[in-house]
Amino acid sequence: MNVHVAGGDVEKRTLAIVGELKALEGPLLPILHEIQAEFGFVPQESLPVLARELNLSRAEVHGVVTFYHDYRDHPTGRHVLKLCRAEACQSMGGDRLAERVKALLGIDFHQTTLDGAVTLEPIFCLGLCACAPAAMLDGELHGRLDDASVRELVAEARR
Amino acid sequence: MTVTIFVPRDAASLALGAEKVAKAITAEIARRGLDARVVRNGSHGMFWLEPLVEVRTQHGRIAYGPVQARDVESLFEAGFLTGGTHPLHLGPTKDIPFLRQQTRLTFARCGVTDPLSLEDYRQYAGLTGLEKAIAMAPADIVKEVTDSGLRGRGGAGFPTGIKWKTVADAPGDKKYIVCNADEGDSGTFADRMIMEGDPFVLIEGMAIAGIATGATKGYIYTRSEYPHAIATMQEAIDIARHAGILGVSVLGSRYAFDLEVRSGAGAYVCGEETSLLNSLEGKRGIVRAKPPLPALQGFLGRPTVVNNVMSLASVPIILDRGAAFYRDFGMGRSRGTIPIQIAGNVRHGGLFETAFGLSLGEIIDDIGGGTASGRPVKAVQVGGPLGAYFPRALFDTPFDYESFAAKDGLIGHAGIVVFDDTVDMLKQARFAMEFCAIESCGKCTPCRIGSTRGVETADRIARGIEPEKNRVLLADLCNTMKFGSLCALGGFTPYPVLSAMTHFPEDFSPAPVVEAAE
Repeated sequence: MNVHVAGGDVEKRTLAIVGELKALEGPLLPILHEIQAEFGFVPQESLPVLARELNLSRAEVHGVVTFYHDYRDHPTGRHVLKLCRAEACQSMGGDRLAERVKALLGIDFHQTTLDGAVTLEPIFCLGLCACAPAAMLDGELHGRLDDASVRELVAEARR
Repeated sequence: MTVTIFVPRDAASLALGAEKVAKAITAEIARRGLDARVVRNGSHGMFWLEPLVEVRTQHGRIAYGPVQARDVESLFEAGFLTGGTHPLHLGPTKDIPFLRQQTRLTFARCGVTDPLSLEDYRQYAGLTGLEKAIAMAPADIVKEVTDSGLRGRGGAGFPTGIKWKTVADAPGDKKYIVCNADEGDSGTFADRMIMEGDPFVLIEGMAIAGIATGATKGYIYTRSEYPHAIATMQEAIDIARHAGILGVSVLGSRYAFDLEVRSGAGAYVCGEETSLLNSLEGKRGIVRAKPPLPALQGFLGRPTVVNNVMSLASVPIILDRGAAFYRDFGMGRSRGTIPIQIAGNVRHGGLFETAFGLSLGEIIDDIGGGTASGRPVKAVQVGGPLGAYFPRALFDTPFDYESFAAKDGLIGHAGIVVFDDTVDMLKQARFAMEFCAIESCGKCTPCRIGSTRGVETADRIARGIEPEKNRVLLADLCNTMKFGSLCALGGFTPYPVLSAMTHFPEDFSPAPVVEAAE
């Protein structure tokens, strides 16, 4: 992931994404998803470009970006570990597991380890409620987590 | 003859190691030079047995599970290609009690077929509903769906046929079918399973809805937490388009219909239909006031059907087998079948499709087999984060819309989360408020402010600060939220809170903390 992107570069890459998706009905969310896939987060510099190209106010674009939990205004660590915090996972000891993961990583939710390896995020339901507790590491799913498997998972994320 | 081995590609199976199992089996086939192939099917929904591997033999499909990659070599040694015995041997899949007791209408193909094989789909009665619909007058399709008694499976239980009729009768040159696949409720995974395990049934249902109402474009709005469902749906749409099921002429008819998958961005409230429509339009997922109904002014202000995945996926069989066939299942005003999702701390967790009417106790104790931890069941939450907590005393409640409403609960999307006796109901009530505070769209005050005040009040009760007064306050706050909120998020958050207070008062009377004297 290229974190140090020059302003002009952001504009150019944003424009290319907008050009590709602008014709969709209601294009803003698909565009923002693409931007986040491209940069790893939604750079501030891309917002005025979106406003201009989609004929929206900058406030409207800002409102949308900040409304949704998925869009980040800063880069993550090399890996993102999303731990389910919803009821089904709670019923199987999810809270205790979360404390364990936090202790193993030495960070709280929404934080990144100092070595930049792992960002820990809460997530509310992965649809794995019959094999709880569950987590997602960089898009890969893990169910029926216990102390041993979560330690493995954290070790994998730290690599 | 080539032997077929089935290894599921369902996200839950993958979460339990199905990918490694499939790789190990493929490697073992190659190593032994066997004439066998691996098909990645959907899941049957018996998650305590996943990854569930099946082999097609002359005695039908034989199941093994739960299989881990390290078991694969021994399976081959035991002759599992011909159904050989092995510690993981479960016998014929269809004879597993959990599956045998079900009435699978909507999920008939899920777990059986290769989700992306149109050939499989057709072989198991796929597309016959759509073919019949094309030969009918659109008004007759609507009537068929109305007569079937199908009600919105998203939770509200509004009659699907009536919604369709409103859209069909609405003037407008462009109409839409929007599928609500924003399955955010904890304890539910039916939408995910069908999108990953039988995506064509949703495509077929949406095409029928399009023909019935005059809509030519459909959107499937799926939550971003379901990347596998999104990918499978996308692939299925491409295949369907290529095969002429979607496009300018649906199956060669005079009807045009096309589909697009859209991904949400992590906002629970977008499962509410008006919020979903705003999100689809590229706006903040703020709830809209009703009226106007989405059926008249929905996506981009045009007439729009917004239906849940399960409602739309139930349509093909209704058109195929007729309204009467579907209506004959169920009880009272709840007709047809419902895919019950048994989750949380439960021994046999999974998806159980059945006619309405089983008692809650039968579902938890007989089908689910009690808790996974082996401890007594204390509470079950039915219907997601906005559903009520039921104690054992209410386990005789029949599973249908009206019976649950009569007990101050709701069946919602039919997800049940089981908790054992270690659960602290005050903590669960606090979580309901906290979740509402995190996910509130912020439009109406009772939801936006009330949820935060609710968390604070629950905390005061937990700390033993004027518990009597704060319990009354919390109940009063719930009342305000229930009647003053614009949508179900603020309006239904009181269900888990009030039910927890009513049925488990002992958890709301913690021993007062004695303040240390200075």
